[in-house]
Amino acid sequence: MKSAPSLPEGTSTEHALALLKEMMRIRSFEERCAELYSAQEIRGFLHLYIGQEAVAVGVMEALETQDAIVATYREHGHALARGISARSVMAELLGRRDGCSGGRGGSMHLFDATTRFYGGWAIVGGGLPIATGLALAAKMRGTTEVIACFFGEGAVAEGEFHEAMNLAALWNLPVLFCCENNGYAMGTALGLSESQTDLCLKATSYGMPAWPVDGMDVFAVETAARRAVLSIRGGGGPTFLEFQTYRFRAHSMFDPELYRAKEEIEAWKERGPIRQLVETLTELGVFDEETRHQLEEEIESEIEDAVEFARASEPETPETLTRFLTSPRDQA
Amino acid sequence: MTEKTDNRTIGYRDALREALRAALLNDERVFLLGEDVGAYGGAYGISRGLLEEFGSDRVRDTPLSESGFVGAAIGAAIGGMRPIVEIMTVNFSLLALDQIVNHAATLLHMSAGQFNVPLVIRMSTGAGFQLAAQHSHSLEGWMAHIPGLRIVTPATIVDARGMLQAALDDPDPVLIFEHAGLQSEKGSLPPDPPPVDLDRAAIRRPGSDLTLISYGGMLPRTLETAEMLAAEGLEAEVLDLRTLRPLDEATILESVRRTHRAVVVDEGWRSGGLSAEIAARIQEEAFFDLDAPVGRVCSVEVPVPYASALEQACLPQVDRIAEAARKAVGRHG
Repeated sequence: MKSAPSLPEGTSTEHALALLKEMMRIRSFEERCAELYSAQEIRGFLHLYIGQEAVAVGVMEALETQDAIVATYREHGHALARGISARSVMAELLGRRDGCSGGRGGSMHLFDATTRFYGGWAIVGGGLPIATGLALAAKMRGTTEVIACFFGEGAVAEGEFHEAMNLAALWNLPVLFCCENNGYAMGTALGLSESQTDLCLKATSYGMPAWPVDGMDVFAVETAARRAVLSIRGGGGPTFLEFQTYRFRAHSMFDPELYRAKEEIEAWKERGPIRQLVETLTELGVFDEETRHQLEEEIESEIEDAVEFARASEPETPETLTRFLTSPRDQA
Repeated sequence: MTEKTDNRTIGYRDALREALRAALLNDERVFLLGEDVGAYGGAYGISRGLLEEFGSDRVRDTPLSESGFVGAAIGAAIGGMRPIVEIMTVNFSLLALDQIVNHAATLLHMSAGQFNVPLVIRMSTGAGFQLAAQHSHSLEGWMAHIPGLRIVTPATIVDARGMLQAALDDPDPVLIFEHAGLQSEKGSLPPDPPPVDLDRAAIRRPGSDLTLISYGGMLPRTLETAEMLAAEGLEAEVLDLRTLRPLDEATILESVRRTHRAVVVDEGWRSGGLSAEIAARIQEEAFFDLDAPVGRVCSVEVPVPYASALEQACLPQVDRIAEAARKAVGRHG
C-alpha cells in the first residue's frame, strides 16, 4: 500500500522540479554520450551513471562553492551537477582542446579548478587518500570547507579505503565519504567479494558516523547529505554515507552484463530516481506531460549545443603533447 | 683553493635536520608527515626535536599507511599546503606507488595544467648496513622512469642542506633520496647555505682521462677510486648526477666529449636501470667522441643479502670501479 504522495517538509515544488530537471539533464546527457560512443565520436572507456543520478544531484545540493569534490571514473553526473558546463564536459569526451581537461583526461578524468572538482580518478580507491589530504589542508588552513569524496562499493575492498578512513577519523577531518553502492564492482557482486557486506560497519569501526541512505530517492540523499555536511562543517569529523543505488546500464560500453539478471535490472528501474520523483510530482499535480515536454526541450537544447560546441572545438595538436609536464617555476 | 674560515663542519643528518627546520620556519604552509617523524624523531633521527619545536600539527606522526599518507600529502599539496613526506626506506615507498605514480605524477598533465602538486617526498635508499632485501634496495633509478616526477639525490653536505628548499620551491612533485650510507658523513657548510640548482649535475673532481658518472651513496667511493687511480697516473673526472630526472644531459655530454671515456657507477641493478639510460644517451649523442664503450658498475642482480661478505660482494666497490676505469682506458691489471 502506498502512502499519500508528499514532498519532505520544507521542500518547495520549485526545488523538487529543479532536482528533477538536473537528474533528467544528466540522464539525457549520458544517453547522448552512448549514441556518440556508438558513432565512435567518443572513444576509450565510457562508464555511464544512468540510474544513480539522485546521489550526485542530492549531495551537490548540500555543498557550497568553497567545498571540493573528488570523484571516480564514473563522474559525468557529478561534474555536471557540480556546475562544470555540459559544453566543457562534452568537449572533453570528444578529446578536444576546450574540454575541461584539455583532451588529456577523457571520460574518466574530468578536472575543473573553478568548481573545485578534483577528478575524475580511475584507480579504484585512489581518490580517498587525496580527499583526506584536501580535508587536512582545509583544516590546517582554518577553513570550514567540506570535501565530498565519491566512490563505489568496490573501493571498500582496497587498502586505500581503510587507510583513508583511519586517517580522516584519526585527524578529525572534514570529509564526506559518499559510497555509491550499486551492488557490483564491475561484474562482481558485493557478496562475492566482501566477508562483511554491511558497509556502514566498516566505517563505524573507524569511529565515524555512518548510515545507509536510499540512493534512489533524491530527497533522502539531499537530507542525509545536508545533515552530514552540517555536522562535518561544525567540526564533527568525517561521515560515511552508503547510498544504496543501482546502475541501469552496463559497467562500461564493453560489458555484456553476464553477471546479473534482466529481472533484477527491471525491478530497480521501477524504483528509478527520475521515475519516482515524476510519479510523486504528478500525483501532487505539479507535473504533467506539458512540464515534461518543456523540461526535455530545454535539456535537449543545452545538450545539442554542447555537442555542437564539442564538435567545433579543435582537437589538441601533437605539438602540445608535452605541455603541462612541469609547471611554470613561479607557481610554487 | 682556501676554504672560508667561517665555514663549519656538519654531519649529513644534521644538515638534513637544519634544512627541515628552516623550511618549517620559513613557510607556515610547510609540514612534515610520516611514520615516526614525531615522538620517535625519525627512523634516522633526522626530525629529532622538531615535534617539540613545531607541534604535532606540523610534525605529524602517521599510521603505517604509506599509500594513505602519501595520498593525503598529495591532497594537502593541491589544497594549498606544502607537505614534506618522510618514508622510512624506498622499499616501503612501494606501498605508495599507486599514489606516487598513478596520482602525483599524472595530475598536472591529466588536468591540462589546472592542478600542480607541490609535494616533497624524502626517503632513505641503499645498502651497506646488513638490513637485507627489504630495507636495502636502490630503486631511485626506477622512479626516474616516471614522467611528472623529479628525482634528486643529495650526495654532499651542501646538497643535503640545500636540496630540500629547492624541492619545496619546485611546483611539482620532487622525490629526495637520502642514502643510508651518507647519514654519518661530515663536511663543510657555509654559514648562509647557498641555494642549490636542481637542474644541474656537478663535477666533483676534474680530470681528463675518463669520466666516472655517479650519484648519491656511490659518490664517496667513486671519488676514493679516482684518488687511487690518480696514483696510477690516471686522472678521472667525477660527475655527480644530483638529479636523476630530468637528467642534465648537457653536463654529462660536455664531460664525455672532453675525456672520451665514461663509466657509470650505480648502486641500482644494471638491467633496465639508470646506468643503461645514461650509457644509451651518451652513445646516442656522443658516439663519435667515444674512444671506448661506456662501462657500467652496478649492484649484482640479486636481492641484497644480509651477511656482510655477501652484501659487500653485491655492491659496487672501489676495486670494481677501478677495474672498469682501467678497462675504459685500455689498461688491464
